[in-house]
Order: sequence, then structure tokens, then C-alpha cells
Amino acid sequence: MKNRKLLLENVHIPGIETFDVYRKNGGYRSVEKALNTMTPDEVVEEVKKSGLRGRGGAGFPTGMKWSFLAKPEGVPRYLVCNADESEPGTFKDRYLMEKIPHLLIEGMITSSYALGANTSYIYIRGEFMYILHILEKAIAEAYDKGFLGKNILGKGYDLDLFVVPGGGAYICGEETALLESLEGKRGNPRIKPPFPAVKGLWGCPTVVNNVESLAAVVPIVNDGGDSYAAIGIGRSTGTKLISACGNLVKPGVYEIEMGLSVEEFIYGDDYCKGIANNKKLKACVPGGSSVPILPHYLVTKTASGEDRLMSYESLADGGFVSGSMLGSGGFIVFDEDQCIVRNTWNFTRFYAHESCGQCSPCREGTGWMEKVLHRLENGHGNIRDIDLLAEINKKIEGNTICPLGDAAAWPVAAAIRHFRDEFEWHVTNKDEAITRNYGLSKEPLIA
Amino acid sequence: MKIESNSNQNTAEFKGFSKETLAKFDEIKNHFPEGKEKSAIIRMLHLAQSEIGWLSTEGMDAVAKILNIQTIEVYEVATFYTMFHVNPVGKYVFEVCRTGPCMLVGSDKIIDYIQEKLNIKVGGTTADGAFTLKTVECLGACGYAPVLQCNYKFHENLTKEKVDELIDAYRSGIIEN
Repeated sequence: MKNRKLLLENVHIPGIETFDVYRKNGGYRSVEKALNTMTPDEVVEEVKKSGLRGRGGAGFPTGMKWSFLAKPEGVPRYLVCNADESEPGTFKDRYLMEKIPHLLIEGMITSSYALGANTSYIYIRGEFMYILHILEKAIAEAYDKGFLGKNILGKGYDLDLFVVPGGGAYICGEETALLESLEGKRGNPRIKPPFPAVKGLWGCPTVVNNVESLAAVVPIVNDGGDSYAAIGIGRSTGTKLISACGNLVKPGVYEIEMGLSVEEFIYGDDYCKGIANNKKLKACVPGGSSVPILPHYLVTKTASGEDRLMSYESLADGGFVSGSMLGSGGFIVFDEDQCIVRNTWNFTRFYAHESCGQCSPCREGTGWMEKVLHRLENGHGNIRDIDLLAEINKKIEGNTICPLGDAAAWPVAAAIRHFRDEFEWHVTNKDEAITRNYGLSKEPLIA
Repeated sequence: MKIESNSNQNTAEFKGFSKETLAKFDEIKNHFPEGKEKSAIIRMLHLAQSEIGWLSTEGMDAVAKILNIQTIEVYEVATFYTMFHVNPVGKYVFEVCRTGPCMLVGSDKIIDYIQEKLNIKVGGTTADGAFTLKTVECLGACGYAPVLQCNYKFHENLTKEKVDELIDAYRSGIIEN
């Protein structure tokens, strides 16, 4: 399958991080097109037509999110870019911002125009401080060349753009926690409604979009929403940045056309080139640590035997019974030597550490699961612990203000669903479980 | 907030921020509308920490005064975000990622090796006050794992040899803060 690139096509051009080189290669055309020839509503319409879905993980249609923005008279509106990328397995936004910062800035100018925002912010995780400086340098260039500031392109549109760092908190990737943090507070998610589109930053209507979503607005405006929608497969339109990591020959960030087969992505020479050290594939978490894990026999094929594709629909085929989610595109691959119990414990420790502590089911539940998994992994487990985990899971899921609770519960539920034999083996063969790994799980016989 | 004392660590008396830092504070406050300057707090705390070496109570109180907010508003932010050190730390803080993707490619061994090499446990500081070792959750560099961050610099694709080189480079001043 021919792979078209819309975001990273020019990433390897030397000097592309500077305004002049970026501009020479067609940069900032979308700003010119939007401001010179389109009304803000027409830009929103193109984004709707494109079928672009939020690239941060939830996959909510971006155009629809924009159309929810309240527009009361005399109240400022804000566009906030979510660059808090911290879903384990995901590092695509960092790559994009580091290599081609002007693409994000261009996308933000065009999007801010569409939304009628005159001040926009990029909220970036504090660990990416060096990228904050890259972005600020690029923003200064854009001001200098008249693409930011007062009366952009002489069209009477004003926009200021600032970068704001976080301080190391996964929860600030949740949009209302991000807004709290941007207001200079602890990152505690807000109760919804009201949604940010009505009451967001400082109580004003706000749109929060992922880096990749805002960058995708550039090709959408340049080539038209229909042209973007023609790429991809079904309701998964356009291209997606995939962060491939784990036991792969060639991990890294890849821009793929939606609909590429998972088989080709893992084993193809243009992509990850297979499992490292000639090992076998044991499992895959295809969309960041929060999505269900897939055992090897459900990675490249769905339960019904069809080819599994890199798209929202195909990765979710089979629901939570035999499918997963595209999520943020954090594609984590496990080889045959990896221990699923250990990995599940590790991810649960992550969520226990990152729970903001507001909601009891999440604050207490993640910590409890972490303890139970720790004892299972270290040979102190009891066979009843496996069902106990499932019970705790049910008590967290759906009972919290934000989705962190669900994100902590799903991976555990999926791991037990597909690798129950390995969990049980940790209880029945305690001594062995400490000294060696279980290996590949058996494929269940499907009648 | 429990402040542990360790004479080797960076606990010199705080005498106010430098002119450069104060100028940066002013600039950052201008990124936000009038009356919303509190939004500058996280970036100010990063700068304060870089200057002091950690976030001492005196440093945080000074930030509160500049923002014209209660000191508790600064403490609650500083203690929520994991990048802020509210206890003294060494000159170089190694923050090693321990989350899934890094673990898959051997972060546990890297953490063990650093502990052995520096003769400290996770959370500890070397006797000369040069290095503190911490573990952190996902640093967003999973494709280049195992990874550690030291005072905002990423060090990727770690091996034991690379750790040796890194420690030597910091000790000899080849890599500066």
C-alpha cells in the first residue's frame, strides 16, 4: 500500500525547523488561504468534512468539537493545544514539535482563526522544556514575519500564541485537568458539564486539541476536507502518527495512512522490521498503555479471521472481548520473553502514581490493584487475587470524574481476560515464576 | 512538608532571586490576561528550582510574594507536580523512567546499575552531593528507551557503557547543567 505523508513529508529537509526553510517548502499557505479567501465558519466546515478525529486518544470528531464552542458576545474564546503527551508508549507529538515546530504553529493560527480566538496557548509537559524553547523560537519568527501578532496579513485578525509548561503529571493530559494546571493550580479534573466548549480556561469558551490534530488542520485547509477524507479507510480518515516502541527492530515515529495492515506495520521493511532479536511476538498494546492488550493471535487478525488494520474501527473490532483501540497510537510490542503479570503490575503502578487523588475509587482502587499485582508477580499471590482484581476493576470503572480510572482498569481486565493462564501459573508455580517467564500463551480453541 | 537536612546538599541560604530570573518572571506573567498571572506559577517554579537547586520554603514564599498569592497556593502546586524537588537534591538529578515501554527493554537493569555505580538507593544522594537518583513515570521517549532525564536533558538508548560515560561526563563538567 502506498503510504502518503501529510504531516512528516518535509521533516527530513535540513533547516525545516526555521521559518525560511519551512516557508519555502509551502509553509503557512493554510494561513494565507484561510485569512484571504475563507470565513472562519468555512474553515470549520472543511475540518468537519475531513472527518478528522481527535488524535490525542479519544478519537472524537474535531470539527464537531469545534462546532460546540459557545460564542457569547464580548467574552474571549481560547484555543489550547494539548502537548502534555504522557500516555506510556506515545512520543509522536514530541517528534513533530521538535522536528517541524512551524507545522503546529501554522495549524494553531489557522485553527484559532476558525474559532475566533485571539489568544492561544500550547500546554506542554514540563519534561519537554527543550521543545518549549524550540517552539518559542519558532513563534518569535512567526511574529517577526507577520503571521502572529496584530493585523495578521493585513486582514484585521489578531492572535497571540504562548507556550506554558506543566510540571510532571500525567493527569494534565485530561483536558479539564490541563485547564486547571494552565490556571496555575493542581491538575484536578473538573466535573462535566459544563464542558470546556462552554466554560473552559478562566471560565471562557475553550477548545482543547492535541498537537497532531491541530497539525492536520494544515493539509485539510490546503487541500480541502474532501481530499483529506479520501485518504484512509471508512470513518478513519487521513494519516496517523504511530509511536512504535517495545521489542521492535526499528522503533520510532511513523506516519501511516489509516488502513495499513498491522502485519505490515510490525514486520514491513518500511516500518518496524519485526520483533527484535529474532524473538516471537507475544502481545501488543496498540494505542497507549490505557487500551486493552492483545495476545499474539489477535494482533494481526481479528477474532473472525480478518486482517487487523491500523484504523479506529479495525483495532476495536471485537470490542473489549477480542479487540482494543487505536487510542493515541502508542504501539507497544512485547516479545515472547516478557511477563504479562509484571507488565500489568508496572502499568498499574503508573496509574496509582498518577491518580490525582480526587475520587476515592481511583485513588484507593489503583493503589489496591498495584499491591495485589505486586504480590502476584513476586510469588505471594493467591488464586482468589485474580478475581479480586476483576472486582476492584468493576468498582473503579465508570465511577470517577475523569477517565483515568477507566484507563487504569481496562488494561488489567484485558490482561486477565487473555492471559489468565499466566496469572494462575504465577500462583501455582511460585518459585518458577520468579526465576523464569511463562512464554507464549496458548491460542484458545475457537469452535 | 518534611525537609530532610543533609549538609552536603544544596542548602545554602536563599537570598532572593537573581535579576535575570526576576526579569524572566515579569516576562512570563505577561503571557496571561490581567488578573490571571497565577497561571505563570509552574514556569516560575521551574526557574526558581533551576536557580536554587531545589524548591526551598523560602524560594516558594518568594514566588508567592511576586504573584501576590498565599504561600499555600504555591506549596500545593509544588507538591502536586513530580518535577519539583521540595527536598534538597544533588547537583545532578538522574530521573530514570521505569514505566512499561522502558521496562520492556531493560530499565530495571539500568536502575540497578546506577544504584551500584553511585552506591546509593533510589531517592538517595551521593556523599559528595553530586548525584541524586530518582525513578519517574513515562518521560515520553519510549522509542528511545531506556531513558533518563537529568535537569531537563534527555539521555536515551541507555546501556551500562553509556551510563558510565554519562557519569564521567557530569563529574568532569563536560555536560553542564
